[in-house]
Amino acid sequence: MLGYIVRRLLMVIPTLIGVAVAVFFLIRVMPGDPVVVKLRADGAAVTEETIQAERKRLGLDKPLMVQFTDYMIGLTRLDLGKSLWTGESVANEIAIRFPVTLQVAIMATLIAVLIAVPLGTLCAVYRDTWIDNLIRVLAVSGLAIPGFWLGMLIILALLYFFNWLPKIGYVSIFEDPVANLSALFWPALSVGYRYAAVVTRMMRSALLEVMREDYIRTARAKGVYESLVTRRHGLRNALLPVVTVVGLEFAFLIGGLVVTEQVFNLNGIGKLFVDATARGDFTLIQGLVLLIATVFVVVNLLVDLLYAALDPRIRLT
Amino acid sequence: MQYGPAGDALPLGRDGAGAGRESAAPVLEIENLHVHFKTSHGTVRAVEGVTYKVYPGEMVAIVGESGSGKSVSALAVMRLLPPQSARIVEGSIRFEGTSLLDLDSESMRQVRGRSISMIFQEPMTSLNPVLTIGLQIKEPLLIHMGMTEAEATERAIELLTLVGITDPANRLAQYPHQLSGGMRQRVMIAIGLACNPKLLIADEPTTALDVTIQAQILELMKDLSRRLGIAVIIITHNLGIVARYADRVNVMYAARIVESGTAERVFGRPLHPYARGLLAAVPRLDRGRATKLATIDGAPPNLLDPPTGCRFRPRCRYAIDACTEVPAYREIEPDHFAACHRTPEIETLDGGLTAAVNADVAHADATAMAMLDLRGASKFFPVGGGLFGGAAKLVRAVNDVSLTVRKGETLGLVGESGCGKSTLGRLVLRLEDPTAGEILFDGVDLARMNRRDMIAIRRKMQVIFQDPYSSLNPRMTVGEIIGEPMYVHSILPKDKINDRVAELLQLVGLYPYMALRYPHELSGGQRQRVGIARALAVNPEVIVCDEAVSALDVSIQGQVINLLEDLQHKLGLTYLFIAHDLAVVRHISTRVAVMYLGRIVELAESSELFANPKHPYTQALLAAAPIPDPVIERSRPRKIITGELPSPLNPPSGCVFHPRCPLATDECKKAVPAQRAIGTDHLVACIHA
Repeated sequence: MLGYIVRRLLMVIPTLIGVAVAVFFLIRVMPGDPVVVKLRADGAAVTEETIQAERKRLGLDKPLMVQFTDYMIGLTRLDLGKSLWTGESVANEIAIRFPVTLQVAIMATLIAVLIAVPLGTLCAVYRDTWIDNLIRVLAVSGLAIPGFWLGMLIILALLYFFNWLPKIGYVSIFEDPVANLSALFWPALSVGYRYAAVVTRMMRSALLEVMREDYIRTARAKGVYESLVTRRHGLRNALLPVVTVVGLEFAFLIGGLVVTEQVFNLNGIGKLFVDATARGDFTLIQGLVLLIATVFVVVNLLVDLLYAALDPRIRLT
Repeated sequence: MQYGPAGDALPLGRDGAGAGRESAAPVLEIENLHVHFKTSHGTVRAVEGVTYKVYPGEMVAIVGESGSGKSVSALAVMRLLPPQSARIVEGSIRFEGTSLLDLDSESMRQVRGRSISMIFQEPMTSLNPVLTIGLQIKEPLLIHMGMTEAEATERAIELLTLVGITDPANRLAQYPHQLSGGMRQRVMIAIGLACNPKLLIADEPTTALDVTIQAQILELMKDLSRRLGIAVIIITHNLGIVARYADRVNVMYAARIVESGTAERVFGRPLHPYARGLLAAVPRLDRGRATKLATIDGAPPNLLDPPTGCRFRPRCRYAIDACTEVPAYREIEPDHFAACHRTPEIETLDGGLTAAVNADVAHADATAMAMLDLRGASKFFPVGGGLFGGAAKLVRAVNDVSLTVRKGETLGLVGESGCGKSTLGRLVLRLEDPTAGEILFDGVDLARMNRRDMIAIRRKMQVIFQDPYSSLNPRMTVGEIIGEPMYVHSILPKDKINDRVAELLQLVGLYPYMALRYPHELSGGQRQRVGIARALAVNPEVIVCDEAVSALDVSIQGQVINLLEDLQHKLGLTYLFIAHDLAVVRHISTRVAVMYLGRIVELAESSELFANPKHPYTQALLAAAPIPDPVIERSRPRKIITGELPSPLNPPSGCVFHPRCPLATDECKKAVPAQRAIGTDHLVACIHA
């Protein structure tokens, strides 16, 4: 088991090398010169001279292959380089913002799972009754309503009913849990609704599928209580496909919270990513893409471990 | 153990049951049961007027083809029919005097698993994959018997011992996937017996199992039913099983019971034309190749729109005008019921049980040219291993097989699942490349063929697969399916293909208009005929039939077997006939090869092999396969081999059969026995034979 985890983590290395190479060259093919953008924004004169000087300062004047080699050598020392825009270390820029996004994603996942598993189960058990129909209407709404719009509604509702807004500015959960949670709960809810909708539908169809299996009939033939048939024999089997969806959605949230962060004024990875892309901040983009790739790989590993925990047929060796 | 006195104290054997019928009260009485299914196409009357009784300690068989309503009537007893679509519209089901249909759902739950339990067909899917064996056995004990965890564990160990599972205490912590199919079915039986039920319903309990395992399981059930006085309803399509194990038989056809009586009476003197037809249509181990199978024409009716009157009328040779009225189900002789207008005269009408003799049976001709010649062919599959994994292990699916298929003959290849017979078929077709050895087709080594030559060879070799449902592309019409190989191999100009398709459809007993149909519009038997027509489209010389009739019902199976034989005579085809059903293989084959764990253990002319089996494995296979005749079954010695097929990953040393072989000596463990000739044309790989 431990050997398996170590092996899987070692497999991350070739994946990340591939991503690093691809992103390095792809962003350099994109139109737009970061140096020009930065000079304009600084209000400096954009002349051939200043551009060359700035290039030289940032090391962009070196041949492409030399830049590439430097970058890869840096990666081996876990050095992501410095932001072309701020001059800060990329690792630092990310480290400041990552906890916000990670926490919102985790909270959204918790909200989604806590809502979706019971509701999806209810749907399947009371299939085609008003309970099922009601939940399905709620779920379809969740898919149809964009998260940022729901976020704005939440903000308006908080203002209207309580005349209150979450404080701007991030406080670590370890310093002040109340302030932290009261600020981050709302963005988590606004993305969690859609997330819950996806998972509810998955849960419903997975459980319906499982309840048609032969072993469910066996359980009934044994005289097992119907509630126990669902809980003991149905749920655990039905959770397998649900785990996959939850994992994928979670990983997606790390890079996909852009608009929600904007609405709630959170200083997270999504916002950083948009800024970095607008500025053509090569090194920062590279760092962010590597981060998101790592998240995907790690989440996939966690999903596989969870799979193995749920299903004894899967042996991780 | 907590059961009553041991077996001999209970007057329950086959004869005892007969005597007990008058005195004892029945365990189960089903009267005039009607079950309907609502579908989008209308109402399917799945069970119509079924009436039967089951007495304590009795083994009652319900026989019928798929869709005849036999499983539905059993699920109705458990009240486990799908609630959305199925409805019991009429009738009563009384269990020990209590009307089950009047119980509320909680009382019914208390009956299930406690007084009546059920075993299902598929041991692979009937156990919950994510729960331990122990929990699944203990569940009914904890729920129904109010046992403590420790008591339930003790009882579970006792049950596993009872059903013949070794090392029971450790098995409790295992999961279903860690057990073989036969073991899982034993676990299912243990679950069924957990609370000492009065009635055990077994729905096709051995259909998914190999013949030697089937015999083990059924012997176990029969033995337990006798010893514990449990009444057993066994639902099956296999007439041999019925003859060997059942006390009473109910024959179902198209939702109705058409005949019922003791096994001796029904098999000895069948009264209903359907029962007679079924018995004539099934290939038998004790009948050779010389008799052609008497088949029942046509297919069972669609229960959405069944024929009026007697349901069997459209297929019945003896139908008369009176048959448009539903025949009464009445007692023709003591304890022998049938529903047919013509029962009084049936035996004078029907001389046909003595089947027509197939005049020109080809006998093995040792001088015939070799069509296929396998020389030491092997196929090993690596399993495991990977980027960071260890070295891969080898599954020796086919291990050093030498075999000749002669021109114009049918070589039967039998063996249990996992013995490598299908892989051998794939090697012959070169769907797999051999790991070692040569496979000569008409004298040329297939493995040395380049792509272009191989395409030309493929024209001469065709295959018919087992499953007529999944082996035809559902989005292509029958005409396109049959026409495609002709087009691919440019056998005919495009405009001629349609004519040829029509011709082929007629050749396999279908109608030319069916070319425009899609596979789902055809029945299983018709689909298999399409598969045969497709194989014939390129005028092949050799056809590999991989379990080609295994998925078909008995009456349809007979039709397809006869068709394959007719085509062989007409077109001079050579067949490699791969199957697990010994009776079918015996019937169709000129010569038969028996395969065990990747090796051929015996090869002889069909009649010679079945009359005079030399290898202990062949003998065991023959002993395990039941013959559909209770009189013969009664007198046959029961030699059931124990154990299961070892893993081909780690085959036993020397003779691969030695761990299960009754004759095995130390010698057998040392070296793989060479094939030696015994008599004419009879090869056996055993040092004791």
